[in-house]
Formats: sequence, structure tokens, C-alpha cells
Amino acid sequence: MSQTKMFFSGSGGQGVLLMGKMIAYAAMADGKEVTFLPSYGAEMRGGTANCTVIVSDKPISSPLIHTADVLVVMNLPSLTKFESMVDPDKYLFINSSMIDKKATRDDIKAVYVDAYGIAEKIGENRGANMVMLGAVAQTTNVVTIDGIIRAMEHELTGKKAKFLAGNIKALTSWQP
Amino acid sequence: MSEKVLMKGNEAFCEAAIRGGCRFYVGYPITPQSEIPEYMSHEMPKRGGTFVQSESELGSINISYGIACAGGNVFVSSASPGIALMQEGMSFACSAEVPIVILNVSRSGPGIGGIQPAQADYFQVTRGGGNGDYKIPVFAPSTMQEAIDIIYNSFEIADQLRNPVIILADGMMGQMMEPVVLPEEKQPYKTEAEITKYKPWALTGTKNKDHRNRIVSYWAKPEELEHHIIHLFEKYAKAEKELVRYETIGAEDPEIVFVAFGTMARIVAEVIEILNNEGIKAGMIRPISLWPFPKAPFEALSPEKTKVVISTELSMGQLLADVENSVQGRIPTRLINRVGGIVPTTNEILERAKKILGELK
Repeated sequence: MSQTKMFFSGSGGQGVLLMGKMIAYAAMADGKEVTFLPSYGAEMRGGTANCTVIVSDKPISSPLIHTADVLVVMNLPSLTKFESMVDPDKYLFINSSMIDKKATRDDIKAVYVDAYGIAEKIGENRGANMVMLGAVAQTTNVVTIDGIIRAMEHELTGKKAKFLAGNIKALTSWQP
Repeated sequence: MSEKVLMKGNEAFCEAAIRGGCRFYVGYPITPQSEIPEYMSHEMPKRGGTFVQSESELGSINISYGIACAGGNVFVSSASPGIALMQEGMSFACSAEVPIVILNVSRSGPGIGGIQPAQADYFQVTRGGGNGDYKIPVFAPSTMQEAIDIIYNSFEIADQLRNPVIILADGMMGQMMEPVVLPEEKQPYKTEAEITKYKPWALTGTKNKDHRNRIVSYWAKPEELEHHIIHLFEKYAKAEKELVRYETIGAEDPEIVFVAFGTMARIVAEVIEILNNEGIKAGMIRPISLWPFPKAPFEALSPEKTKVVISTELSMGQLLADVENSVQGRIPTRLINRVGGIVPTTNEILERAKKILGELK
């Protein structure tokens, strides 16, 4: 049985929910089972935002997770709060443009992504989340880059169509 | 078959209602279901329906009451304290025998409570809340697809019974996204003139009719009122037979039986898988209809084989009351619960269940 539990966390406005949604759309297009659960509550601007995505080959019973195979942190409070969630030997993606600390654990695979730096370099200042998403997809193979692009094409239509090219550029910009 | 789409629970609930024949939506914002009035506000006018934002939940239910009397397929939604305000109107709708589909995307409580998942509205929705002798069928889906299928069919159930129907969900179901297949749009009536075909009792005017329809909610003479209540309960007795829905999963002749509905049932399903892998025979009775409560799967349990029946719920033993009522003392019953918006982890349920099993041995 193959099941991947993913958790994305950052501050409101960093595009954390969109990362999770794109993984969910891509997984669904691949015929996989998926659940997407955003944090909800009394939220405020600049507060924390996170979401849980489970991708599986079989029906998913609970959409809630307490440990993760993939943790993505976009800001320092998220790293501090959630690092312990990562299962041993699993992935922790750290947005190194905003987090100057390293992972404190050595039993997990930490990947440092200069998401904002890369986004700025390619001229897509608002695409840092997609840079990170590209790194996650390429490293973990939960979904393919092509799958995410198809999901983007499906979702970014109408008024949002103008964001498609930039998002694809950002998604494919990270190199291992 | 249509393709799978990924939708937020609250929006999927709306689509299910519209496709199930909802022509009127009346609502008032309250977290965690405010996406419902939002979605309905732009979708209903586009789809030939009517959206009404009322001035309060009392307004919602009573506007719905009026629409339902006139034969409109009407849908209202709210969350726990809002549902409490509506219950006076629900009692009236039951007495007057008019169909309304009501969705409770519940909060925790008491009082203002919180917006995280809870099931503390169990008594609220299954035991009335409004005054007098009445019953309302309550369905509690556990996945998004099941919620869609239930809401889609609720308008017909409400029409056939000439009574409100309640769907009980929670904030987690309202906020999460899951792939679903949306059913085909069905339109029981396209024009006002067609309403009489489906609802011959509705107040559609006397034009071209040789009689006046009457919808009555007041019976002055005790004999008449008693007669009316007996009539309602004949209807409810029929509903008790026809509307029972449940699912049983897990091992044959389970040693340990969990009872759970909605969000909790999804977590318990994981617990059962782990227990069965460990060689402990575990099963679950998952009520889908909370009223009528499914008694048959409890009667089928053997006290020789089953050591304990555990109500697993997000309330202080409200579901347990119906479990005890159904087990009737034949098998020990226990409670595993969390409240206030806390959802227990699979591990917590596992440990507590094993502890209970150990104490009984």
C-alpha cells in the first residue's frame, strides 16, 4: 500500500494552501485517492496557515494526520512547531530564503530550497510557493511535474489564465 | 458517469442540493458553513433558483416554512446555535407537514462553542429541541461522496414524508476537499404550474381547482390534535422501517464492536484495520441514519462472541444513550470520546480500546 501524508505550513499569503491544492488536483488526475484539509479557525492576516494532503492508492479513512512523510515549512515558526511531525527517514523541506536555521534532527532528510531567491532570479517574485512545490514533486515523486502542470491548466482559467505561464516557469525552476 | 471533481465540502453540499432539485435556498452566515450562503448567492440565480439571505436563523426557517407550504423545494443550512434558533420552526413544519431540507454543519458547544469538529448536536437533532411530539429523519454522512448522495436524495425523502429532513455534518467535512462524482441534475418541476403534480397538497392557488388546499398547524380541539399526532406517528413508524441506513465493517463475529458516525467513523475505520492486523477481531456499526437509529445490527451481535460495544463519539455519551438502548444490556457498553473540538488520534482510540478489553477479560 502506498500512502503519502503531506503537511504544508507557512504564514498567510505565502501560498501554502495553493501548494496543497495543486498536489491534490494532480494526484486526482493521476487516478489516486486524495484528501485536502486546510487549517481553519479564527485566522488573521500574517497568522499561520497550513494544510494536510494525503495521497493514496486506496480509499483514505481519516483525513487527519499526526505524523508526516513530507513536511514543507515556509517560515520559521512552522519549522519550530512542526519539525517533530516528520517520520524518521522522511522529508522536511525548508524555505531557506526566510529560514536561516537548520533542521535540528539528523534522522530525517532535510532539503533546503531558496524559494524566494529562485523566484526572484527568474522574474516570478510571487512564485516562491511554486518553486517549492517543484522541489517537493521532483524529490518525492508523489506526483509528477507534468501532473501539476495539467492541474494548473485545468484550474488557472478565465481571469486566472494570465498566471499560468509564470507558475509553470516557477514550478520547473528548481534544480536538485 | 460524470468525471471526478475536487470540491470543498460546503460547496459540494450546495451542488448536491441544486442537482437534487433545490429551487430555494434560505440562509444566514455562520462559521463553519458560511461558504454555503456564499456559493448559493451566486449559483441559485444562475440555475433558475432563488437565494434569500434572511435577517436571522428565525427568519431562515420561517421563510422556508412559507416556501415549503407553497410547494417550493427549499434548503436551509446553519451551524449548531443557528440550528437551535430554527427548531421552533421545525416543530411547526412537522406539525403542518411541510418538507424542508436542513443541513447542520455543526460546531462544538454548549453556548457559542467552537468551530472545530464535534458531534455534540446529536441530541439536538435526534431528540427535537422544538416543542411537542415530532420526529425528523437525520442522516450523518461520513465521506464527501456520501454527503452528496444523501443531500441529493433528501428532497425526495422530505417530499414523500411531508416532513423536514436534517443532514448532520461538521466543520471538518465542510472545509476539506475530496474528489467526488456529482450526480446528474434532476428537476422535479420546471414551472410553478407543475408543482401540483408533485405536491398536490401545496398551496398553489385555487385557479382551475374544485377545492381549496389547507395546511393546518393549529388544532383547537384536543380530540382533533390527538388524532393529528397519532397520524404523524403512523407516518414516523413507517419512516422508522424505510429510512434506516447503516453500514457494518470489519471482522465477522467481532470481539470488540465500535459504534461511530460521520468524521469519527473515518478514524475508527483505521483503528479497526490496525486491530484486525494485530489479530484482535474488531468491527464497526456505522449509523448513517441517526433517527431512525439502526437497531438491527445490534440485535445481530452475539454476547458469546462480542465482549464489548464501544460508542466512539465527539460528545459526552449522547450516541452511547442510543447504543445502550439498542444493546439492551446484553453486552457491556463503554465510551471513548473527546469533546470541545478535539478529535482523538487513531493511537489514542487504540490504546483506550485495548485498555477496556483488558479490564473486561
